[in-house]
Amino acid sequence: MSANDRRDFDLAIIGAGPAGMAAAAQAASAGLSVLLLDEQARLGGQIYRDIERTSEQRGRILGKDYLAGRALVDDLVKSSITYVPQASVWQADQDGHLCYTVEGLATQTKAHRVLLATGALERPVPIPGWTLPGVMMAGAGQILLKQSGLVAKRAVIAGSGPLIYLIAAQMVRAGNPPLALIETQTAADFWQAQHHLAGALRGWRYLIKGLGLIGELRRAGVKRYRGASDLQAEGQERAEALRFSHRGKQQWLACETIFLHMGVVPNTQLSRAMNLDHYWSAAQHCFHPKTDGWGRSSAAAIFIAGDGAGIAGAKGAELAGRIAALRIAADLGRLDEATMAQSATPLHRELARERAARPFLDRAYPASSQVLAPDDATMVCRCEEVSAGDIRRYAAMGCDGPNQAKAFGRAGMGPCQGRYCGLTVSMLLASVNQRSLDETGYFRIRPPIKPLTLGEIAQLDDPDAGAKEVMDLG
Amino acid sequence: MKTASPFEYLAQPTNLVAVRFDGQTYQLPKGENLAAALLAAGVRSTRENPGSNAPRAAFCMMGACYECRVRIDGASVQACMIQVRDGLVVEKMQPIGGQSYER
Ligand code: FES
Repeated sequence: MSANDRRDFDLAIIGAGPAGMAAAAQAASAGLSVLLLDEQARLGGQIYRDIERTSEQRGRILGKDYLAGRALVDDLVKSSITYVPQASVWQADQDGHLCYTVEGLATQTKAHRVLLATGALERPVPIPGWTLPGVMMAGAGQILLKQSGLVAKRAVIAGSGPLIYLIAAQMVRAGNPPLALIETQTAADFWQAQHHLAGALRGWRYLIKGLGLIGELRRAGVKRYRGASDLQAEGQERAEALRFSHRGKQQWLACETIFLHMGVVPNTQLSRAMNLDHYWSAAQHCFHPKTDGWGRSSAAAIFIAGDGAGIAGAKGAELAGRIAALRIAADLGRLDEATMAQSATPLHRELARERAARPFLDRAYPASSQVLAPDDATMVCRCEEVSAGDIRRYAAMGCDGPNQAKAFGRAGMGPCQGRYCGLTVSMLLASVNQRSLDETGYFRIRPPIKPLTLGEIAQLDDPDAGAKEVMDLG
Repeated sequence: MKTASPFEYLAQPTNLVAVRFDGQTYQLPKGENLAAALLAAGVRSTRENPGSNAPRAAFCMMGACYECRVRIDGASVQACMIQVRDGLVVEKMQPIGGQSYER
């Protein structure tokens, strides 16, 4: 297939993680012309980051679930699609027009259908000191391991969620166990989660895996502080220690790296910028874009699959990607409805199984009250240095939504465009104003969703610019 | 400032190239993610935040937080989104007059 991305594609997919890769292969096999855009240099998304180049040693450390990503890549490279790595999509509209930049060159294109497969972000973890160098999201630690074979030497992992056991076990296997896990979930959380145990048993593989990881940590002698609270990163120029309360006592652990994690939430930056409908999920404490059972959003030509539509994990993302691709192929007349339904039925069934474990996990590993409602002194917006107290003060002065908050201070107006403060700001305002999260809403995200230079915008009128890095797979 | 790195490579990288950061020369693995390579080389902070001038460093490693911004060829770029190449000259982002990076 020729690599000319100036013409129309049947389907443009944004994000080459499990949902995007699976959807691309599925759509290509139905005969659709597919454009796959991804910000990273290589396929895999964050979950399978650098899967193509991983060494045997790294594969052993990262484990079987990571290596499962290879099959997706193998499938994809056999397909005939146009794949553009290092493509940063900064504008997309509901009609399928897209603008993106590759190494400083801007390009625009059009597709009949667009699939957003932009995955998840880690939930913001606003605690005192979280802006110090050496404090990172736990996912960042895992990316360093996957992509660069780097492992932290004197690190603690703090927060809650099944991912922290996986990361800790990977560090153990890499020969640098974390100094401790500081876990904020309580025994009460665990017992309340039992209401969802029936669902979790349907996803029993996850429970067994979790227990296996915890066993691995115990054998390695990794200390776990459960039910910890009041986390605080300390240090002058960089993180030097984590302070927290545990069983009524103050604890202080010296360390060089603090990995924070409170679960993952859908990355809705693009779906917000496209003005798609969203709603608040009380169970997961985050906004989800509205989608139907096929991943179709509130705009008919736009689909969303994978964690970006609601957290269901890598396997769930892969299934949702395939389901959306089948629906899109039928939309465009490349598959008849009966064949499409027949192919989708087993995928839907498997996806339901993947989702079954979520309510249990959400309840057993909730985000802690400290990060859902930080103290006044805690910095909430890292870019513009706005505190939780500032946001509460705006609310008391009559600010009832995140967009008005921008008029009071600069929360959400820095380069990250609210990615690491948006949820916190919405929750703080909703709580002071005693309004629902759906009423309170979220930052209005306006394109470009990535900072651009004027040169990049000017290139859009130049027919010879762009498409430099387009690679043809297949 | 260069210190002992809080990170360790599983396997010592080869194919090192010279990269300037904040006036010092570092030998970094060619093709490696720049933010990761600087971290591994013991660089703790890559920018100071406008307002407080507080030191900041890579936080998400996935292009979302913009904490890893550095200046290359006069432009502000995310260090976690680019790769090490020979002769790269990287400047630390320091606010002008404490308020903004703009000159
Ligand atoms: S570390 Fe977050 S954008 Fe680079």
